[in-house]
Amino acid sequence: MSKEIAILGVGMHPWGKWGRNFVEYGVKAARDALADAGVTWREVQFVSGAATIRNGYPGQVAGATFAQALGWQGAEVNTSYAACASGAQALAAARAKILAGECELALVVGADTTPKGFLRPAPGERPDDPDWVRFRMGITNPTYFALYARRRMALYGDTLEDFARVKVKNAEHGAENPYARYRKRFTLSEVAASPMVADPLRLMDICATSDGGAAVVVSSLAYAKRIGKADAPRIRAISTVTPTFASALVEMPDIATDSAVAAPAQSFRAALPRKAYEEAGVDPKDVDVAEVYDLSTAMELDWIEDLQLCARGEAAALLRRGETALGGRIPVNPSGGLACFGEAVPAQALAQVCELAWQLRGQAGARQVENARVGITANQGLFGHGSSVIVVRP
Amino acid sequence: MSDSSTLSAAVAALPGWFTLDPVRPQLLGTRCTACGTYYFPRQQLFCRNPDCAGETFEDVALSRTGTLWSYTNAAYPPPEPYVVKEPYQPFGIAAVELERECMIVLGQLARGVDLARLCIGQRMELVLEPLDDGKLIWKWKPAA
Ligand SMILES: [Zn+2]
Repeated sequence: MSKEIAILGVGMHPWGKWGRNFVEYGVKAARDALADAGVTWREVQFVSGAATIRNGYPGQVAGATFAQALGWQGAEVNTSYAACASGAQALAAARAKILAGECELALVVGADTTPKGFLRPAPGERPDDPDWVRFRMGITNPTYFALYARRRMALYGDTLEDFARVKVKNAEHGAENPYARYRKRFTLSEVAASPMVADPLRLMDICATSDGGAAVVVSSLAYAKRIGKADAPRIRAISTVTPTFASALVEMPDIATDSAVAAPAQSFRAALPRKAYEEAGVDPKDVDVAEVYDLSTAMELDWIEDLQLCARGEAAALLRRGETALGGRIPVNPSGGLACFGEAVPAQALAQVCELAWQLRGQAGARQVENARVGITANQGLFGHGSSVIVVRP
Repeated sequence: MSDSSTLSAAVAALPGWFTLDPVRPQLLGTRCTACGTYYFPRQQLFCRNPDCAGETFEDVALSRTGTLWSYTNAAYPPPEPYVVKEPYQPFGIAAVELERECMIVLGQLARGVDLARLCIGQRMELVLEPLDDGKLIWKWKPAA
């Protein structure tokens, strides 16, 4: 039995800081995805929403919220929450339903409205909550990104200019993406002139939070064939594994790693794509395009190595040679990545899949990766959640 | 815990998380008696090693020196519950690897530590210093 499902259609609402209700972004993305798929909302048998936790009860039952906004039509419904991997988790639920033969056509939607400024924990004296503890000590999200970045500099000789180069590349990619929030090109000196936030990372090295929405319509291969879309891109793997004890890297929001006294230290980021490659039977050498979670510029370089697109420590060299830019051997973040989008948590993992679908259909316009056949996403969030999705052209 | 302490528990930002020895403070963790895994913050109910069914833990004071794994700073004031005293003074943050515990622990850098003079792999030691609101917290500084 094939473990693949077809991506019939994708849609997005432009990222921004619109300040409107998240439902509006999700419905716009969903309608675009349905139109792109050439199916009607009535035909959808399963709607799977990625939850947002900052928009009250409707956000926590996002699947039903989107279903009601699109018009109740009796579909089965699901909502998934998995921090930054929520969209992938919602997609995995749809895939399981389809592969189990319980439905043929499913709609997956994620959307978010984010508050301004730093994300902060709930108030009160709450030392049992690691998120509260780290903020009490003055440790914010950029702290972690900066610790990893400094580590790259010491281990591999990466420089601040390398990090700036990632920003310049992604800005160049995203400049032509109508869904990106930031569409301005930057020079290395402009990045270098932006204020230092968490040494060695500057403001332009770190991604913002955004409003946005993304949706994907998926089906069984038989359904795709029946409606004349046998050549639609296919999802061949979805990895949503947890870390393995002992986790070697200090991760948000913890203030310490696991102790690796009784079990060997493990890398969570490397584990996510490893499972996806195994599931897909795809070799990293076969990958044509990657969408990775560049919460910081330096983290894009970590991901390139975790995806095994080059040897450990060689991502900056790959970048300097232009191989991760459009036209290079393995373009990374042709969408512009988080650098151009900013993070809209429940939509982000789906936005990565949307971009791969456009790339594999040859419809990415100015940011097209030539003859892309195999794409991979990578994403990681809080509390042991992350995802990696492999999409192939049949 | 040191008996020489002249500090009262009320002054700690996180009471019970570290000894109040003003000279040689230590973080207070636990250790699974079955597999030896260390925990900081303290774990007292179930061991998180997936191959260990341990449910008994001994109190243990962690190593007060380690090697610098990485470092950064907070150039802008962090949000609450961090308490900021105006005018804001940026502070450093270090990740220090403890060899015996095979664990990395974060903490602020002691006041006056110059980021430009730090070097990954150098020896670091634990000290106590007040946060901006006067409550004591552990910090890392280059070992004497
Ligand atoms: Zn144990």
